[in-house]
Amino acid sequence: MDKFTTLTGTAAVMPLENINTDAIIPVTWIVNYGRDLGEGLFGVWRYHADGTERTEFVLNQAPYRDACILVGGRNFGCGSSREEAVWALLGFGIRCVIAPSFGDIFYENSFKNALLPIRMAQEDIDVLMRDPAFVAGAKLVVDLETCRVSVPGGSNGIAFDIDPARREALLQGFDHIDLTRQHVDEIAAFQAADKARRPWVHAPGKGE
Amino acid sequence: MTPRTLVDKIWDNHVIRRLQSGADLLHVDRHLVHEMTSHRAFDSLRKRGIGVQSPDLTFAAVDHIVATLPGRGEATNPAGLPFIRMWRQNCEEFGITRFDIGDPRQGIVHVVGPELGIDLPGCTLVCGDSHTASNGGLGALAWGIGSSEVEHVLATQTIVQTRPKRMRIWFEGALGAGVSAKDMILYVIGKLGTAAGVGYAVEYAGPAIQALPVESRLTICNMSIELGARAGLIAPDEVTFAWLKGREFAPKGRAWDAAVADWRDLHSDDGAVFDREVTIDCTQIAPQVTWGTSPQDVVGIGENVPDPAAIDDPVRRAAVERAIGYIGVTAGRPLDGTPIDYAFIGSCTNGRFSDLVAAAEVARGRKVAPGVIALVVPGSMQVRQAAIDAGLDKVFLDAGFEWREAGCSMCVAGNGDFIPPGKRCIATSNRNFESRQGPGSRTHLASPASVAAAAVSGRIVDVRTFSGSKS
Repeated sequence: MDKFTTLTGTAAVMPLENINTDAIIPVTWIVNYGRDLGEGLFGVWRYHADGTERTEFVLNQAPYRDACILVGGRNFGCGSSREEAVWALLGFGIRCVIAPSFGDIFYENSFKNALLPIRMAQEDIDVLMRDPAFVAGAKLVVDLETCRVSVPGGSNGIAFDIDPARREALLQGFDHIDLTRQHVDEIAAFQAADKARRPWVHAPGKGE
Repeated sequence: MTPRTLVDKIWDNHVIRRLQSGADLLHVDRHLVHEMTSHRAFDSLRKRGIGVQSPDLTFAAVDHIVATLPGRGEATNPAGLPFIRMWRQNCEEFGITRFDIGDPRQGIVHVVGPELGIDLPGCTLVCGDSHTASNGGLGALAWGIGSSEVEHVLATQTIVQTRPKRMRIWFEGALGAGVSAKDMILYVIGKLGTAAGVGYAVEYAGPAIQALPVESRLTICNMSIELGARAGLIAPDEVTFAWLKGREFAPKGRAWDAAVADWRDLHSDDGAVFDREVTIDCTQIAPQVTWGTSPQDVVGIGENVPDPAAIDDPVRRAAVERAIGYIGVTAGRPLDGTPIDYAFIGSCTNGRFSDLVAAAEVARGRKVAPGVIALVVPGSMQVRQAAIDAGLDKVFLDAGFEWREAGCSMCVAGNGDFIPPGKRCIATSNRNFESRQGPGSRTHLASPASVAAAAVSGRIVDVRTFSGSKS
């Protein structure tokens, strides 16, 4: 997996709660096999029915076309389990989402793809957003080593919490399947013992 | 021994190893696979050069992108064709049992899992679909996962998870006439909000839950994700065991007896501690209909759409204003009487036999209102056959409903069935998000009886004013 250490760049702000994964990547892009998911990011909000851009949508405006950070509202990524939501964000160039809270499945999916989801209280987000340097430049610095988000040329920034194991996995670029496959013998032993304990689980539809 | 919750009992049974991170490596007893979210996982597996760890514990169905038109084939929805072919090829190559087009067992994964007895009490069950908690209705710990986790489960038959917090929602009091399991869960989501369950596994319990038949329990658990919870479940009981016995993949003979003996311990012990407890008085629940673009935007029929001016929290007020504007309803006014263009009966929430029975009771002897397009999409081909055997297909067809083959259809709107821009649909599915049923579509969620009542009335209506079937 790709590593995540630090990220500096433009942050687009979408102050809506419950931005769901259907909004992030509408199903019409998912079922169009081979289509670039980054182009489909926020598809219905980003384009008119004829495919032309909606100029009022934040990601269609400079400098946010080059955003690599997204700041959202409560419960970001709720809804469908579609990992395409994470792939669409990455396809567009977003590597980090900052929000007060996240849908559980989106949160999990993000880590699997080196997209950093940062849980940050709305008051703290507001402090960053009101920083004059952010108002002027729309840029943030995300540092996973020190667990801080700051504004270039602005204040010292805000600390964020993250599970130490998840942080380490991103910093090192660990592959989650490789990690688990270190335990193949234990998995086999568990299955063997469990077959004796709960035989019906391991032989679906069988029995005497 | 310390009293334990049902979630903890199942969890403890599946821990292979406590990891340094504090998360657990859990055994996955059942893995359901469908055509929309699995292909990248199989591709990646192939690149790694590894196989599926336990193909016997893995089952696959086509549902999300398959056409539902009568006589459909793999190419009826052309966009679905590459997905269906990749899915079929992957099942073949990795030795996974599949329920394909033309198989009488085909249907939506969360309808097929329980009805074939793949889903069992006390199992861990995962699927690349957020409505996997449906399977918790039989007493399984079941939750939705992304494609990377699908690959992890295929590769190792395990999953790395942090033990969730436990919430118990206790239902007491009798349901009123015309009120169903769908109304119960929508009511809860309206009370608690769509983020209340984040980080939790939810146990639904209490006398009103115990009184429910199995299919209603599946409906309650289905919408756990709309409460924010990945998993939701109900302790199995004699009703569960009687319902499961004899199903194709349920244990047989002495294995069945041993399983039932084991399953009888699957309940939260007296004194077990929950991180959050909520009590719901079912006598207060009216038929529910959503007015906005989140499942928490819901009221009892006859109640008013909220007035944003009365909301203090600016983020919430903005969300309500946006939702009202999008759906095109009036703040401070009831939903009753709102004209509809489409009615959709189906999905993993409400596509089971008893759902079709409830809808048919309303539709019998009546006609779909002029200008309304109404679909009945059974959740599985077995449900469809049972409905035909009971004469329900004729009831729906006589009333002017379309009678489809099994699939997700207008719930996910990825199979060619969708609502055109600006049109209004009342649906038995689970999500009323902006554009969920097609770009620009407007969705109201409700129970099967309420949707059937709206279909024949041409407008949102209180199903309790319908005095049974007209024959």
